Amino acid sequence: MMKDKEKKKASGKNTDFVKNKKKITPARVGRFLISVVRGVIIVGICFVILQPLFAKLCVSFMAERDLYDSSVKYIAKHFTLDNYKMAIEGMDYWTVLIRTTVLSVGISLLQLCSCLLTAYGFARFRFPFKKLLFGCVILSLIVPPQVIMLPLFMKYRFFDVFGIFQATTGASVNLIDTYWPFVLQSATCMGIRNGLYIYMLRQFFKGMPRELEEAAFVDGSGKLRTFVQVMLPSAVPMMVTVFLFGFVWQWTDTFYTSLYLNNTKVMSSSLSNLAVGVYSLYENNGGSMNFVSPGFVSLMNNTGTMLAIVPLILLYLVCQKYFVEGIERSGIVG
Amino acid sequence: MNYFKKRNGKLRLSLTGKEAIAGVLFILPFLIGFFGIFLPLIVESIHFSFTNMEVSSTGYVLKPAANNGLEHYLRALTIDPDFNLQLLTSIGQMAAKVPLVIIFSFFAATLINQKFHGRAIARSVFFFPVILTSGVIMGLENSDLLLQTLSTTGESAEDMASFLNMARFLSEYTNLPASVIGFLSDAVNGIYDIVVASGVQILIFLAGLQSISPSLYEASSIEGATAWENFWKITFPMISSMILVNSVYTIIDQFTNETNEMMTTIRDTIFVDVKYGYGSAMAWIYFICIAVILIIVGGLISRKVFYYDER
Repeated sequence: MMKDKEKKKASGKNTDFVKNKKKITPARVGRFLISVVRGVIIVGICFVILQPLFAKLCVSFMAERDLYDSSVKYIAKHFTLDNYKMAIEGMDYWTVLIRTTVLSVGISLLQLCSCLLTAYGFARFRFPFKKLLFGCVILSLIVPPQVIMLPLFMKYRFFDVFGIFQATTGASVNLIDTYWPFVLQSATCMGIRNGLYIYMLRQFFKGMPRELEEAAFVDGSGKLRTFVQVMLPSAVPMMVTVFLFGFVWQWTDTFYTSLYLNNTKVMSSSLSNLAVGVYSLYENNGGSMNFVSPGFVSLMNNTGTMLAIVPLILLYLVCQKYFVEGIERSGIVG
Repeated sequence: MNYFKKRNGKLRLSLTGKEAIAGVLFILPFLIGFFGIFLPLIVESIHFSFTNMEVSSTGYVLKPAANNGLEHYLRALTIDPDFNLQLLTSIGQMAAKVPLVIIFSFFAATLINQKFHGRAIARSVFFFPVILTSGVIMGLENSDLLLQTLSTTGESAEDMASFLNMARFLSEYTNLPASVIGFLSDAVNGIYDIVVASGVQILIFLAGLQSISPSLYEASSIEGATAWENFWKITFPMISSMILVNSVYTIIDQFTNETNEMMTTIRDTIFVDVKYGYGSAMAWIYFICIAVILIIVGGLISRKVFYYDER
């Protein structure tokens, strides 16, 4: 079998090659030109995106004196890995990495589930006040968290459900410095930009044909089962996208993490005062640094940024194959 | 609609009634979140905007503001010299940028949805802006003073050159009016801003494009449709719902991202000047403007959106 295929491939290539040599048709030239133009555009845009990141990567390998040397732009004169050593130590990188990964994966999966259910409810069912409630989804997206920061903190500092805790234990519960605020927010679609996820998924479900579900209903499947077994397999690209957004935004979020977690370090909070952390660690170990110089802060920031971005890129590389698989699965639709 | 029907003298749920209950159960997580967590916070924030907060060592006291509590709103709209101007500037900037972001991200998504060598790498690169514009990464980038000064000196010179060239080229060789030339050259020079601002939108479009069934294209190609017809008759209608999502999201993102001038003013009023009431009032005026714009834009676009299942 394999050999046959290979032969076919080889012969196909040969004939293509001969054809290429014989005829240069306008269509073929056009296609070639289009792919060249496409390549140039893609490379150009990629350059625009990557250039600042590349600069960061280069800076992270520099010694501090290279920063003040105007003859150094990208390639370090004094190549060093000390920045990474110091940053990993100063951030307590491996502990923080595992903790943040668990938190981010948990939160984004929870958000995905609650948003999927809500979106399907909005897309497929008719119930009173539907339009008004959907307006509320958009409203929850518009209001930025800074505006409700103070009440939000108060809510979780003195947490209570209809006064039940107050009545039974005599005091409200302090949820600050636990993961409960994150869990509660994301299980109820109130996490970071969850309105966007609901909107995206609703639009997607609305675009799906109803025949499949009706067939499932006729075969005696319940509503929830139809949703899980018939609708979700086609929604894989959308779900991966939502999961990725949720993960990245949770990973880099400083607002909620600094609001809810005072003593527990996660990636974003340890990153935002990395230079000071490294400095104090250095002092405690008997070293001496005169002061935290702007150059040192810049070095640590760039190194820390690289350390924080790498896991995200790895995650994306793992997830991105589901974009392609999604096509084959959704082939049943239409 | 009739949610109930009578059968054997008893009141029973009708089919629509059952559907409504199922729907409400599906959106239950959101209902709990919105009415249990979000709405009380919003109400409290609105309450702040009608009061003066006095922070003391034991907590804070709310005292009603002057003019029936409307003091802060009146001050923002009629006394504060900067507020109205900033509001209009924000809206103007948004109007200029949103179409560019939508067009660019749609273009980029169709580009990386095609088959070519190195597609996986290109897609990963297009994901970077989502990371780079989020939370702490953005914060670090803005706070890194040393690198900023180093890079801006170089960039500003380059910017001048490219702007001059582009604008001169257009004004010499075309008959476009000056405003159009200005708009175009701004777009070209701000390409980094636009690329970075459209990371989320590209991924949404990409996921939308991926969800279009290939069998639709197969069928139409067998019937003899060209790629051009396929695009306008299949891709465009199928992706139109995502265009609506992206427009709404882009507008919200432009208005509420942390670098927006209006948001900075509001944040500073609340946290630097510690005027919680005045800041909340400004925020609410701002949100009402955003909501009105969203309703207009959403209404206009959703007329053209194609849903497979209209209901």
